[in-house]
Amino acid sequence: MMDRKACLEILRRHITDDQIVVGAYSTANDWIQLSDRPLDYYFFGAMGLASSHALGLALAFPERRVVVLDGDGSLLMNLGTLVTIAAVAPKNLTHFVGHNGSYEANGGLPLPNRAVDLAGIARSAGIADTRDIRDLAEFEREVVGLLTRPGPVFADLWVEQGPIDARDYAGMYSVERRTAFREAVRRP
Amino acid sequence: MTLTDAAADSLSGRSIIAAIKRAGIRTVAAVPDIHTARGLLMPIGVDPDLTVIRTCKEDECLGIAAGLSYGDRRCLILIQYTGFWYAMNAIRGVAVEQSLPICLMVGLLNHTPGTDIGQAKRVGLRAVKPALEAFGIPYHLIESEADVAKIAPAIDDAYRTRHPVAILIGRSPEP
Repeated sequence: MMDRKACLEILRRHITDDQIVVGAYSTANDWIQLSDRPLDYYFFGAMGLASSHALGLALAFPERRVVVLDGDGSLLMNLGTLVTIAAVAPKNLTHFVGHNGSYEANGGLPLPNRAVDLAGIARSAGIADTRDIRDLAEFEREVVGLLTRPGPVFADLWVEQGPIDARDYAGMYSVERRTAFREAVRRP
Repeated sequence: MTLTDAAADSLSGRSIIAAIKRAGIRTVAAVPDIHTARGLLMPIGVDPDLTVIRTCKEDECLGIAAGLSYGDRRCLILIQYTGFWYAMNAIRGVAVEQSLPICLMVGLLNHTPGTDIGQAKRVGLRAVKPALEAFGIPYHLIESEADVAKIAPAIDDAYRTRHPVAILIGRSPEP
């Protein structure tokens, strides 16, 4: 199991300025403490739809890599997204899932099955390039490939549950941040 | 029957497709609906100007359309009214609360054209308009060829004002 922030710090070092990062809930809460880029997009509104937003962004901006930081509880609310993504097959989409076995943003209560094989489900859905990553050294070895191979790429990142603390969702989801994203994403 | 009567009693999928294309729609995110399958989704699926994204559940369409909207890529969401209810949380949280130009085309299966939907026996049908009104989403009922003229301006307005819109298909369109 990985420390999620350490995992995201590895990711941050490899994200390039032109890439879009779509964050959701607890992973987003960690990401915003590590990164402050105009192309960081904080999805909200309906749990489970981060990867659907990312799919729309990937289609709208085919020249940019879109990296979605999903949660396991979120993905389980929208498993059909994996089938849809596999069918659309955007070459510029990397789907990471922070797998901590809990609904952390909702108080840390457990998933119905903490050990669910999300990479296996993604593979069954039709996504050929899947990884199941459980330690930081392995993530460090894999991360460049995950961000550069033709998508869709899916990686289940097994992480420890983070603290159940207060989160500044208001700042994360502000109109100003979305407006800045909208302007930045259209610049070449 | 006069020509005018015939137009009032018919609805062509071809006209609707032409209208959405006039409005700049190039992507259709959909879950199949028996009410619109033959008249709309099947011909849309083979239209070279349109790309269909076949989703597993209706709320996925909201996320996809939201992402596309950041690139000004116009997307139509084609679903049945039961799917509208399924996706209600996403309609609220994504389309309404984020003021995004999300265009819903909703098939009103089992609605009788020319009757007041507000008096429909099925609660799922008669509650559609009140739900849209509660969310402040403008809507347009399309039951005849004459109504098709409402579609393109409604979509244009949604993108111009960055606001969701609902186009309610009250008659099963002919292919």
